[in-house]
Amino acid sequence: MSAQTWSPKPARPAPANTVGFVGWARENLFATKLDTALTLLCVTLIVYTLEVVFGWAIIDASFSGEDRKACLKQVQGACWPFIDAKLGQFIYGRYPEMERWRVDWVFAIGALGLVPLLMPKVGWKRANVIFMLGFYPLFCFFMLTGGVFGLTPVDTTDWGGLLVTLVVAITGIVGSLPLGILLALGRRSELPIVRALCVAFIEIFRGVPLITVLFMASVMLPLFLPDGVNFDKLVRCLIGVALFSSAYMAEVVRGGLQAIPKGQYEAAAALGLGYWKTTRLIILPQALKLVIPGIVNTFIGLFKDTTLVLIVGLFDLLGIVQLHFTDSSWATPETHITGYAFAAFVFWVFCFAMSRYSIFMENHLSTDRDKES
Amino acid sequence: MTDPVIRISNMNKWFGTFHVLRDINLQVAAGEKIVICGPSGSGKSTLIRCLNRLEHHQEGHIEVEGVSLDGSMKNLESIRSNVGMVFQQFNLFPHMSVLENCTLAPIWVKQKTKQEAEALARQFLERVRIPDQADKYPGQLSGGQQQRVAIARALCMNPDIMLFDEPTSALDPEMIKEVLDVMVELAEDGMTMLCVTHEMGFARQVADRVIFMDEGEIVEENEPEAFFSNPQNERTKMFLSQVLSH
Repeated sequence: MSAQTWSPKPARPAPANTVGFVGWARENLFATKLDTALTLLCVTLIVYTLEVVFGWAIIDASFSGEDRKACLKQVQGACWPFIDAKLGQFIYGRYPEMERWRVDWVFAIGALGLVPLLMPKVGWKRANVIFMLGFYPLFCFFMLTGGVFGLTPVDTTDWGGLLVTLVVAITGIVGSLPLGILLALGRRSELPIVRALCVAFIEIFRGVPLITVLFMASVMLPLFLPDGVNFDKLVRCLIGVALFSSAYMAEVVRGGLQAIPKGQYEAAAALGLGYWKTTRLIILPQALKLVIPGIVNTFIGLFKDTTLVLIVGLFDLLGIVQLHFTDSSWATPETHITGYAFAAFVFWVFCFAMSRYSIFMENHLSTDRDKES
Repeated sequence: MTDPVIRISNMNKWFGTFHVLRDINLQVAAGEKIVICGPSGSGKSTLIRCLNRLEHHQEGHIEVEGVSLDGSMKNLESIRSNVGMVFQQFNLFPHMSVLENCTLAPIWVKQKTKQEAEALARQFLERVRIPDQADKYPGQLSGGQQQRVAIARALCMNPDIMLFDEPTSALDPEMIKEVLDVMVELAEDGMTMLCVTHEMGFARQVADRVIFMDEGEIVEENEPEAFFSNPQNERTKMFLSQVLSH
């Protein structure tokens, strides 16, 4: 018998009603009676919600005016002139109006450095990191506090609004990630004393509310410090927030470390790589990639927790918005709601941006089979 | 016979209270190819993992190229950069391209420049017949290709000794041959090799000595011809009849 040649059958296109929009809708929206009912219910809910929000924020809203009179219509929506009038306060707090350009410069330089840093395709990463972690913090410090190069000193008690929110959040984010990584590594260390110290730190800071940490940092700490040694209140908050979130970060990172198979450590060891090189080149890149969602989750939590600095007398964005509710020239029924909506929207923009960026990075770093190299 | 490159004398090892390796004595000459076989749990993987101290032995003495494995970090580093290892599960670094997998250790352990390391890596990828896969990630390769990358990665350190820990056990039948072919070539080039494997054809073809282990002991060792045709020990006979019958 002669050998048969075998060739695979050619592939045929899928049936027309299972692909494209029609196919997608059939499968995802109207597959069963229950699905159809749920789809209609959800669409109704979405339309209703949009109508309410749209009506309040735009159709019935006031957009211009000098004081409360602009926002006392029969049917009143959002009172945007309030935000417009107070925007400077919301962004800079009590930072002197003449000196606000300094804050603008800090924001602008920060954005200029951060954007290319976040875009994987842009080069000069090493130089950029040195700039953002070395030069930029010093620039911010001298620019914002002043007292040198002929800049008028501005006390941190005059800082406020979005400025304080961003200073606390960004310091917390930049501080908590490396500290959290070190704590996570320490917790998995084979050295019992290092491990015990890390476990103690993590469990103490995780077991205490942030308000307590801030309160201790601002009220109790000075009692323990020798006379004459005094930290700025803002600095104490920054340290408190960074330490607090580093404890959470440590546990997130530890989750990633535990997911790395033993074979990775063995392969690195067999090639002659020591502990720190293995950790830096093999383990952390994989572990951190795995826990990007958890890391960003912690960042987002931290960003919103900055509102708690109000408890020690610092006015972050939300704090300063609330403070201005008491202004009698803007006393209207809608002032509160508008103020809160504005603050919520600003927080949401930052948090949503972080969330989207994390998804982008996850996809970018994926080395799965289906990804083009 | 030249001076042995590996000397193991009266080596014992326990996992907790379990005695995995019992009074192991073994000498390997430069260029010698040794195949270690035996039932699972017999301690064969543990034995070769002791040679680059992925496992620590508790008693006895191990010397690799005149350097004693006694727990000193300096000795360990010098031994590890001269002893390559290939694992059953490949253990490639999934976040790095094939080329980066191969250049990592030469750059970070041997302080080679990136250009030198890449030239070396491409040369060894050529030798394991996958030069065109250099820029892919391990997850995009077949098992056989991944294992060949793992061999190239180990070779990039220019090791004097190669340890293979069941290199074909996790592979589909069609891919076993491509890995074995690479190993045969390596053997023909004079590399000192210790290989834990169930591939008896490979043992016959390249081994200078076959070692049979059971219950943590070296039961029998001999040249492959004599080992397969005329095993001395009852236990070896039983094992061979199981392995060779199918």
